[in-house]
Amino acid sequence: MLNDLINRIQAAHTAATPLLIRGHGSKAFYSNPCAGETLDTSALSGVIEYQPKELVLTARAGTPLAEIEALLAENKQMLAFEPPHFGGRATLGGCVAAGLSGPRRPYAGAVRDFVLGVRMIDGSGQALRFGGQVIKNVAGYDVSRLMVGSLGTLGLITEASLKVLPKPASERSLQFEMDEAQAIDAMNRWAAQPLPLSASAWHAGLLCVRLSGADSAVAAAQAKLGGELLNDDAAFWKRLRDQSTPFFDKRPLHPELNLWRLAVKPTTGPLQLGDAQWIEWGGAVRWLATDLPAPTLRAAAQGCGGHATLFRGAAPDDGAFTPLSPALLTIHKNLKQRFDPKGIFNRGRLYPDF
Amino acid sequence: MLTPAFINKLRRLLPADSLLIEKEDLVPFESDGLSAYRNTPDVVALPENEAQVAAILTLCHAENVPVVARGAGTGLAAGALPVDGAVLLVLAKLNRIKALDPLARTAVVEPGVRNLAISEAAAAHNLYYAPDPSSQIACSIGGNVAENSGGVHCLKYGLTVHNILKLRAFTIAGELLEIGNESLDSAGYDLLALMTGSEGMLAIVTEVTVKLLPRPERAQVVLAAFDDVAKAGAAVGNIIAAGVIPAGLEMMDKLAIEAAEAFVHAGYPLNCAALLLCEIDGVNEEVSDDIATVRRVLTESGATEIRTAENEAQRLKFWAGRKAAFPAVGRLAPDYYCMDGTIPRSALPHVLTRIAEMSVEYALAVANVFHAGDGNLHPLILFDANVPGELHKAEDFGGRILELCVEVGGTITGEHGVGVEKIKQMCKQFSSPELTRFHDVKAAFDPGKLLNPGKAVPELHRCAEWGAMHVHHGKLAHPELPRF
Repeated sequence: MLNDLINRIQAAHTAATPLLIRGHGSKAFYSNPCAGETLDTSALSGVIEYQPKELVLTARAGTPLAEIEALLAENKQMLAFEPPHFGGRATLGGCVAAGLSGPRRPYAGAVRDFVLGVRMIDGSGQALRFGGQVIKNVAGYDVSRLMVGSLGTLGLITEASLKVLPKPASERSLQFEMDEAQAIDAMNRWAAQPLPLSASAWHAGLLCVRLSGADSAVAAAQAKLGGELLNDDAAFWKRLRDQSTPFFDKRPLHPELNLWRLAVKPTTGPLQLGDAQWIEWGGAVRWLATDLPAPTLRAAAQGCGGHATLFRGAAPDDGAFTPLSPALLTIHKNLKQRFDPKGIFNRGRLYPDF
Repeated sequence: MLTPAFINKLRRLLPADSLLIEKEDLVPFESDGLSAYRNTPDVVALPENEAQVAAILTLCHAENVPVVARGAGTGLAAGALPVDGAVLLVLAKLNRIKALDPLARTAVVEPGVRNLAISEAAAAHNLYYAPDPSSQIACSIGGNVAENSGGVHCLKYGLTVHNILKLRAFTIAGELLEIGNESLDSAGYDLLALMTGSEGMLAIVTEVTVKLLPRPERAQVVLAAFDDVAKAGAAVGNIIAAGVIPAGLEMMDKLAIEAAEAFVHAGYPLNCAALLLCEIDGVNEEVSDDIATVRRVLTESGATEIRTAENEAQRLKFWAGRKAAFPAVGRLAPDYYCMDGTIPRSALPHVLTRIAEMSVEYALAVANVFHAGDGNLHPLILFDANVPGELHKAEDFGGRILELCVEVGGTITGEHGVGVEKIKQMCKQFSSPELTRFHDVKAAFDPGKLLNPGKAVPELHRCAEWGAMHVHHGKLAHPELPRF
């Protein structure tokens, strides 16, 4: 299988044939449209190594996250960055390439924080390995983390090693009636205290936070924070993780309402960009279902120390992601040119220029 | 040698006392923390602000003069070793904490700010900066970014790469790069990760935005003695398998224990082969639960003695021996050479056995200090540099330890960096195409190879000259060993 992929990529390199990398397509909606012959990784599947005592799991790129998470759960462990599945059969390779994390991210870390190493095939068809299976490793540049969020534009990830963590013994969630400003303030104040927080979200006057840890610690934090218990909270956070509520795609009824993700400094106050909004990640992410134009949203996010991404909907002319400064764009193009000299991988998926 | 004309141009960019050219002023900069490598710099520039840094880089770029960046000079891999014909750019004067936002839990600091100074400034808000390399009292945050520094708490709290949000940096062409931002991610490639640990090879950092964490409510440490190193190693895995992530999990072998005890009288048990220190921190209730779990697991793992620190004074005393381990070992011989490999923990008994065998072969004693939680091994090779040939012998021995780390599925450097010291072993760990991609990364930022030339990534022809062969995956020297 690996050799087939290498041969295919070498042939594409020779002929300069654009390729479109695809696992199970759970994130096909995400990022910029791109064309090419499909390079299907779904057969590149299976966990290669997993020793719970070492807190490291290595699997092939096409392995479904659900399979990995089930194996981890048998050993009371988890992917602490809580990757979204988006209701599909999301794979490890797609998870690493897209670099998207779920509700636990502000408290536990992002995909990139847990990637220890990757095996990949570059644009000329060479199989390479960067990083490894140990937690501390500073030999060479951190190319494995560079691959996270690169959306397949630098190479085909064939295998990844991740740090995993024990599942908390206990989890429960609390809800509080609060307006937007109060909720943003509470999320930040609580995060600055030694509380076992593991998720937070606000929508339509209700702040929800999740507590994770030892039974005793979760109970103590609940007593400290008050609020009301959120029923069936596991399902609540899973819906948010996978964006499976109607809010996250209003286009069937309102084609003009795109879903935008504004990443901002977490203490940023209410954005005044409309009421249709979810706040996540301790205030650092604001989801907007809106028909406002891209420049307005980008200016708002950049003014608050962050960036805006068109998450679902028709991408503006300059693409789904906030355009890079000229200096950074040059470095991006240089990296792309070196890793994929013929530009065969996912052309235009990250930025229209490459 | 740099020309007088170039020195004059440099002089115009800086205040008089920010440019060192006299031999006696230059000597203190001839090495970093790894003093086995020395080279007196041609000139030392000590800019006081970002504009001066940019101006120096622009000039060096125009004149094709290499630049070696240096922070506090505490690095242990000769990463800041001066290069002939280069400017040594010392960033120590950029030492202001520019902003501290307690609600957003961030600090904006210049690269010359000391690691510990950030936590000291944040303490008033009950916050701290988590990475705590052993040199934290002296090392600077710019150097931490260059090396992706860790510390004893990184199993739980991560390395530098996990604890920074944003960098301002300048390319060798003097162009400003703003990498990362004040939210939790940014658009495009993860250049923040690429910059972290890049050893001054890609760009010069002039500002770092770090994350601050709430100080844990409570920290408590358990000490356990073992009559066998392998049992101690197994106990580490058992603690983690029990669902506990300790804040720190350190191991010392017999020679390191004896040296530490003789030096600081920490009260360590002496009739043991290995000592574990396991620190638990967090919410009060959780610490109590986890300490009980850890004690149970240690007993089941065959510990011969277990002590729990009952108060802060005792906790600090337990740590005193470990924290003084390097200087303590330094009392056993005129010189020691500290290695920095990382291995899968399961390979520990094999690796320690091999190190002991090589110790006999080289007739050089070794004390082992181990960040056991994350597999980062620091063998300290004892030698006497005044005995002709001993330094060379120690380096050779050290190189073989690193190669052993690669063979068992680990890495040649966990936290000290490659610098000049481990550049040969890079040829062992990486194939030619992989090293080529590293050169490509460098070229994407610095096509003229002017930043810290000759460090961190070997030229391919050098690998061939050294005769070092890449250990091909699947064709390792010990196929019977478990690897993962």
